Amino acid sequence: MQVTVTVNGEEYTRDVDTRLLLVHFLRDHLGLTGTHWGCDTSNCGVCTVWLDGVPVKSCTVLAVMADGHAVRTVEGLERNGTLDPVQEGFVQCHGLQCGFCTPGMMLTARWLLDHNPDPSEEQIREAISGQSCRCTGYENIVRSVRWAAEHSTVEATK
Amino acid sequence: MRPISYSRVADVGTAVGTVTADPASAFLAGGTTQVDLLRIYVEQPRRLVDINDLPLRDIEELPNRGLRIGALARMNEVAEHPSVIDRSPLVSQALLLGASPQLRNMASIGGNLLQRTRCTYFRDVSTACNKRTPGTGCAAMDGVNRGHAVLGTSDQCIATHPSDLAVALVALDADVIAEGQRGRRSIPVHEFFLPPEDTPDIEHPLDHGELIVDVEVPPAPDGSTSLYLKVRDRESYEFALASVAVALRVEGGMVVEVRLALGGVATVPWRARRAERMLTGQPATTENFAAAAREELAPAVARGMNGFKIELACRTIVRALETVAPDGAR
Ligand SMILES: Cc1cc2nc3c(=O)[nH]c(=O)nc-3n(C[C@H](O)[C@H](O)[C@H](O)COP(=O)(O)OP(=O)(O)OC[C@H]3O[C@@H](n4cnc5c(N)ncnc54)[C@H](O)[C@@H]3O)c2cc1C
Ligand code: SF4
Ligand code: FES
Ligand code: FES
Repeated sequence: MQVTVTVNGEEYTRDVDTRLLLVHFLRDHLGLTGTHWGCDTSNCGVCTVWLDGVPVKSCTVLAVMADGHAVRTVEGLERNGTLDPVQEGFVQCHGLQCGFCTPGMMLTARWLLDHNPDPSEEQIREAISGQSCRCTGYENIVRSVRWAAEHSTVEATK
Repeated sequence: MRPISYSRVADVGTAVGTVTADPASAFLAGGTTQVDLLRIYVEQPRRLVDINDLPLRDIEELPNRGLRIGALARMNEVAEHPSVIDRSPLVSQALLLGASPQLRNMASIGGNLLQRTRCTYFRDVSTACNKRTPGTGCAAMDGVNRGHAVLGTSDQCIATHPSDLAVALVALDADVIAEGQRGRRSIPVHEFFLPPEDTPDIEHPLDHGELIVDVEVPPAPDGSTSLYLKVRDRESYEFALASVAVALRVEGGMVVEVRLALGGVATVPWRARRAERMLTGQPATTENFAAAAREELAPAVARGMNGFKIELACRTIVRALETVAPDGAR
């Protein structure tokens, strides 16, 4: 089946098998390997992307369901060579070790800050509760998001 | 995943007609249950009919101070809607305590009511399961059954109903509005969820192809205070071990009206009518709350690892009632 999906502002048209998951569409058909694939059971959240402006788990969406819709991946966070404050925060606060969970964490963080520019530690933890990190113990992820909140001079990056 | 065909429908009549005509087809809403179970071969429809373009996403205020919630409204949308927070805080709380934000952004209200049990054997096609494959037995009976039900069980199945939303809806006497080949009908939510008995594979009264169009939620009783309390292994992103939806009205220290429903401990969202009857007209005291909780759990049957749920459910009921009783309870 032919699908057209807008990813990070660019339209892509591809012929796909109807059972293809969105995560594989992004990684294998578009080469956008920033979106990771982990548990494949809707649990770990490493596959998190935005679909029509909200974070979802791309292993739980069929690519055909995204036909005609807009997706944002981690590749769409930086703008013209400038890192998003969330990305900068993860750099500054050592918010990652192996980096497997990081793209999903940053996309959820960006969404959170767009809707709540000054989240409490508890609100950050609740926002990322559907995402597992096996390395950092979450402390530095929370600090990274707080860093981004404190250094967000930029307008919300829709 | 097996090959599937996929189509979108734009009106309710076509949706109902398409799925009714093909026994191997299924509706697809947010996909958080459907895609999950397709991936592990537990559900094997050959054709998915995507209903996300249907105009069933609105949330309306009803003249009786109740709400009509479209079947395709997303869990997060509903939980955060001002009318829902204002009129049905119980529904909002139950939704926000379920799943994770990324899932709630996709998951619909209709799909939530039709989600399948989290019983690990149901989800593992290599094991015996009467719900998935009738007549094969039940691996949970003598298996790892810590999460399983103690109320409403049968010798065929002890699977817990996983929905939090449904528990709140049962407490509020909501109606499920469905449309099928025979037209539109309204099903009281307490008749919607069927206990396993001898047919654990049959979970609801909908015909194949009958579509949930919306859910009507009456207001909580006048003057009542409500709460959804969920107890689980971790604070977030986990199904309930025990949960309680309560709406309580106390006047002059006496219980005038109480609605009580339990999740996490029963095969269906469980309306605690025995406890309600026992409490109504009685002083709102911790002692009475505990007696009513014990009365509700009296018919509970433990099975191996889930015996702790009986005491846990009692304590959760007491905690929930104490929290909403004016000045706590004596
Ligand atoms: C990791 C994880 C954790 C979760 N935790 C919780 C939790 O704590 N509490 C909780 O309550 N839920 C929880 N859920 C379940 C989640 O809420 C449901 O999967 C979701 O609500 C289903 O909605 P959906 O729109 O994605 O349905 P789909 O997956 O699209 O559909 C589910 C089923 O309903 C049918 N269907 C869908 N819409 C209709 C309709 N309008 N009419 C008729 N049939 C229809 C489909 O054919 C399918 O059989 C969790 C899920 C996951 C994956
Ligand atoms: S408890 Fe029910 S769902 Fe679980 S294995 Fe037994 S029959 Fe299947
Ligand atoms: S790969 Fe999607 S949640 Fe784990
Ligand atoms: S940095 Fe390794 S999983 Fe999070």
